[in-house]
Amino acid sequence: MKEYSRTNTAVFYLILICLSLMSLGPIVLMLLTSLKLKVDIFNEVSTFIFMPTLKNYSSVLHDPSLMRYLGNSLYVGLISTLLTLVMGCMAAYAIVRFRFMGRDAVSLTTLLMRMIPPAVLTVPVFAIWTFQYQLGNNLHGLILVYVAINLPFVIWILQSFIEQVPIQLEEAARVDGANPFQVFFLVVLPVIKPGLAAAAIFTFRIAWNEFILALVLTNRATRTTPVHISLFLTEHNIDWGQIMAMVRSTSSERSET
Amino acid sequence: MKPTRFLNRATPYLFLAPAGIILLFALLYPIGYLTMASFFDWRMGTPFADAVFYGFKNYAWILNDPNFHESFMVTITFASTVVVLEMVIGVGLALMLERPIRGMSVFRTIFILPMMIAPIVVGLVWRYMYNPQFGIFNKTLKKWGFEPIPWLSSPDWALPSVIIADIWQWTPFIFILSLAALQSLPRSSLEAARIDGASEWQQIIYIKIPLMMPVLVVAALLRMIDAFKVLEVIFIMTNGGPGLSTEIMSLQIYKTAFVSWELGRAAALSNILLVIVLVITLTMFLYTKARDARMARIQAAVEQY
Repeated sequence: MKEYSRTNTAVFYLILICLSLMSLGPIVLMLLTSLKLKVDIFNEVSTFIFMPTLKNYSSVLHDPSLMRYLGNSLYVGLISTLLTLVMGCMAAYAIVRFRFMGRDAVSLTTLLMRMIPPAVLTVPVFAIWTFQYQLGNNLHGLILVYVAINLPFVIWILQSFIEQVPIQLEEAARVDGANPFQVFFLVVLPVIKPGLAAAAIFTFRIAWNEFILALVLTNRATRTTPVHISLFLTEHNIDWGQIMAMVRSTSSERSET
Repeated sequence: MKPTRFLNRATPYLFLAPAGIILLFALLYPIGYLTMASFFDWRMGTPFADAVFYGFKNYAWILNDPNFHESFMVTITFASTVVVLEMVIGVGLALMLERPIRGMSVFRTIFILPMMIAPIVVGLVWRYMYNPQFGIFNKTLKKWGFEPIPWLSSPDWALPSVIIADIWQWTPFIFILSLAALQSLPRSSLEAARIDGASEWQQIIYIKIPLMMPVLVVAALLRMIDAFKVLEVIFIMTNGGPGLSTEIMSLQIYKTAFVSWELGRAAALSNILLVIVLVITLTMFLYTKARDARMARIQAAVEQY
């Protein structure tokens, strides 16, 4: 192993800390702005000296429409995550245990699905959901898209977890008289809990943050929070303090790290 | 006994059915629909049944449209600049900082944060920081006596500004990935090089980078795919402007469909974008396949030896 001198180590950690500050800077700035009054935001000289206030938070949290959109986001996020997980792990189990399709086929499909730019889906999803499925402006329509978008990745991820479940465990349950569904729900599912948790976080985050499909598929009543926040932006006189407070109170990044 | 046997034969299909049905109706069908719609002169407000069959006219129109040319160039410039800069900075930092790090998990968490934030939030924060009057950049420039820069409001600066935001968000991805790749390199070849008297630079150029290459290529291609998917950040920051200076193809699709209401043309545009991304993805898949095969051959050779 190489030896590292003291100064070297100091410089090294200094660089790392600088990089961390660069990563955190915009996030901290967002937090600070959410605590500022308009006067302080428009102050052209100082950034860090101001009287912190919770006024932005109170006006944002007392806004009934935001609560409604938060509720929409939560509903769409939770239901689509639940459905994706149930369908995803059933499909992954079938693929692994009953040897449908090769591994390559699954990873290639996952990759292909992951590559689709969301903008490409806006036209067909908008048209089909509105004119054929009668799901336009409907939260369930949004749930359907999110489930479809997330399924390939969830299947792919869960596949590797299911492969590690010892087959003897399932055979033992089979011998004891369990049918395939009982084996799956009572034996396999509890074993792959960590995989399910990872997949759940992944799907929920996508559904919670997704913007463009929510924009074309929802109206005033069914909006999710990202759409609501974006509509808060007008050309002039943007209330940055309130926007930042809204973002802080709705962003999900804390829960995932 | 009979029901059980039925269950056994049908079980795999029963397990696959829910996911299969959803994927069929909510993913494959829309993509097929896209191709069909791209052959029609279809506007918002008229039912699809009344749309006129257009053949390849939508495609011809797009390929002759100067706005498309501009948007295509913006997309390519954005994607390639972002990937090259992120690779250079990320790999460079990893090579510089490669050594046992105390508290790496803390640093990793910090570096991952920008990737976890919702894209529209990233767009918002950067738009705020780029504000010409009270944004932090111009405030700092003024304090140090420099001319303020018209970040998002000038056609020359808008694209670089958007690129900087993407670099902020995604360089940590390359950095963390290449750091992991570096730390898993075979110690023996590095040691051998050191004993033979290779300098730090020679080690990097002749050993470390070639050995990291497989990871780097996949990372670059993944970033490339993601760069073509970017929409929200730019939508919020500039909405494509000023002029067309930041109008990436995704944004042009959205505007064609939901601002100009030309659904057929937007579908054709979507298909063009889809083909571009498809080519990149297949390159990546074939590359990883070829690499795995090569690795297996090397493995076999080593074992024989």
